Amino acid sequence: MKVSLVTGRTIDQGCSKESGKLSPEYMDYAATCELDPEDMKKLKVREGRNVKVTTKFGSVIVKVKKSRREPHPGVVFIPYGPWSNVIVDPKTHGTGMPSLKGIDAHIEPTKEEVLDLKSLLLKYYGGKSAEEG
Amino acid sequence: MPLISKVVCPVCGCCCDDIEVIVENNRIVDVRNACAMGASKFLNYSKHRLKKPLIRRGGELVETSLDEAIKRSAKILAEASYPILYGWSSTSCEAIRVGLELAEEVGGVIDNTSTTCHGPSILAIQDVGLPGCTLGQIRHRADLIIYWGSNPWSAHPRHIERYTALSEGRFQRSIWRRFLLRVYATSIRKKLQRALALAFRRRAPETEEARRGIPYTLTQEERKLIVVDVRRTRSAEIADYFIKVEPNRDYEVLQALRALIRDETLDVDEVAGVPVELLEEVADVMVGCKLGIIFFGVGLTMSDGKLRNIDAAISLTRDLNMYTKFLIMPMRGHFNVTGANVVFTWQTGYPYAVDFSHGYPYYNPGETSVIDILCRGESDAALVVASDPVATFPGEAVRNLVRNPLIVIDPHPSATSLMADVVIPSTFVGIEAEGTTYRMDHVPLPLKKVVEPPDGLLPDEEILKRILREVRRIKRGAG
Repeated sequence: MKVSLVTGRTIDQGCSKESGKLSPEYMDYAATCELDPEDMKKLKVREGRNVKVTTKFGSVIVKVKKSRREPHPGVVFIPYGPWSNVIVDPKTHGTGMPSLKGIDAHIEPTKEEVLDLKSLLLKYYGGKSAEEG
Repeated sequence: MPLISKVVCPVCGCCCDDIEVIVENNRIVDVRNACAMGASKFLNYSKHRLKKPLIRRGGELVETSLDEAIKRSAKILAEASYPILYGWSSTSCEAIRVGLELAEEVGGVIDNTSTTCHGPSILAIQDVGLPGCTLGQIRHRADLIIYWGSNPWSAHPRHIERYTALSEGRFQRSIWRRFLLRVYATSIRKKLQRALALAFRRRAPETEEARRGIPYTLTQEERKLIVVDVRRTRSAEIADYFIKVEPNRDYEVLQALRALIRDETLDVDEVAGVPVELLEEVADVMVGCKLGIIFFGVGLTMSDGKLRNIDAAISLTRDLNMYTKFLIMPMRGHFNVTGANVVFTWQTGYPYAVDFSHGYPYYNPGETSVIDILCRGESDAALVVASDPVATFPGEAVRNLVRNPLIVIDPHPSATSLMADVVIPSTFVGIEAEGTTYRMDHVPLPLKKVVEPPDGLLPDEEILKRILREVRRIKRGAG
C-alpha cells in the first residue's frame, strides 16, 4: 500500500531516550509505526504485528501501533531514531536539511523480525572495520 | 533531605527554570515540576552510563586511559585534512566556545544540530528577518497562539502550560476550563453515539463540525489556540481549531492565508485538503486578535519547501502586523541549540555549518552543512560531541560517517558511540556540571550542578581543552 511517511518526536520515545538509547524500552517506542485503523484493515495487520516500510532509500521492519488520533488514512508515523532514519530522504536541495517528513513509502505486512539496535547497525552500516590502535 | 530549587532543566528548548531536585547521598531521589522527559532525565541519567574511555582495537572497543583516548583523538584530528566537528546542542556554551577554537585549529567544518532541525529557519530569517519576543510576553499578553508543524505536547511538554494557552498570564487567562469542558462534551457525545449505535445497530454518522473540532465558546474574550499539522497530534486535541494539512503542502496554506488576510477571494473550495471556509474563519481570528504568535516546528523545515515555508510564515506574520500585533518564534529542540547558534555567531559570524578549511570561517549551507559533506563523502575524520548522528542522520550520511575515524564525547552510550573509534565519557551538564544555556527565545540561563559526577569523568569543556592542547602540541612538533 502506498503511504506518506512522517517522522517526529513522541513523548514516550523522548522519555525512553533519557533512560538509555540501548534500553529495550527505547526500542519498544522507537521501532514502531503508527497506522490509521482503516489502513490496518486494508493491510490486514493487527497491532503488535510487524510491517515492512520501504522508500526509495531503503526498507526497515517496524512494529504496528494503532493510531489513537485517527483519521489520517495514507499517513504513517515512525518516531525519529535509528529505525526511521535508514529509510528517510537524504537530499537537502542545497539547504543542508534532509527531507524527514512526507516521504513517499510503501508498506506491507511481514513476518520478519524487528532488529535491535546493534543488529540494525550491523545490517545497515556493516559494523566498524578493524582500526589500528 | 536537601532540596535544590530553581534548577534549569537540560532537556528541551523550553529550559524550564523552576525544577526542584531532591538529593540524598549524592543521588537524585525525586524531582518536582519537571515534565515526563525532564523527570526521566533527572531520575535515569545515571543508569546507562559510559564510565571509562574506550578505544577501538582489532574491531573491538576496549577500555583505555583518559590520556591515551585524548592523545588518539588529537592525532586523528590533527592528521585529518577535512574533519567534521558535529553536535554541540546538548552541551554548555563554554564547551561550544572551545569546540570552535578546536575547529579553527584543525581546519575542519563545525556544525551543530540545527543543520537537521531549524537550519532552514535560520536561512529564512537571514532573508526576511524575524519579529520575535521573549516567552514571558506571550504568557502575559498573547490572545492567539498558533502551533504550526509542531507538537509541543510531545516535544516541549511544558510549553503550553508555562508560556501559552494553559498558562495564567497577567492579562490573559488560561484556557483550561474551556479545555475541560470540551473533553467533557466530547466524552458525552461519544457515549451518546455508542448508545445510538446500540439502539439502532448502526454507527451514527459523525458530524463534520465534531470531526473538525469547531469550538462552541469562541465568542468569549479568551485566548485561542490553533494547531496546524499533517496529523492529529496530542496538541491538536486541546486546540480550538485544528487545521489538517496534506503532507508537504504547508506552503500553499500559508500563502492562501496571506491572500485571505489581504481580502482577496480564493476561487477554489479547498487548499491542501483544508476547506477555504475554515481558512477564512482562521484568517478572521488572526486579524481580530490583539497579540498573536506563530510557533513553528520542524514540520515546516523538514517538509518540501523547507526554508521557503518559513519565509512564507514570516511573511504572513509581517502582513498581519498591518492590522494587529503578530510575532513568530521557532520551537527549538535541544536545550542549548539556540546557544550553539549564538556562540557560533559571536565567534565566527555564522550560526552553523562553518568551514575553517580555508583558514577563515566560510559559510554556505548546502555545501558546508554536515549532511551534504557526508553524502558527498568528503570528510576524513569526525568528532561528535553530545549528539547521536548515527541515530538521527539519513542512512546515506551515516554510511559515510562511520567510514571516518570517529571520536565521540558523550555521557551515555548511543548508536554513535557503538560505531566510534574513540569514546570519551563526559559529565552531564546541568546535572553534574555547570554551564550556560540559551532558551528558545534567546534568554541565557545558568545550568546548575546538583550532584557530584562519578570519579574520573570530566565536563565536555575540559575534555575539549585537553584535546586542543594536544592538537597544538602535535602541530608545533610537526611544524
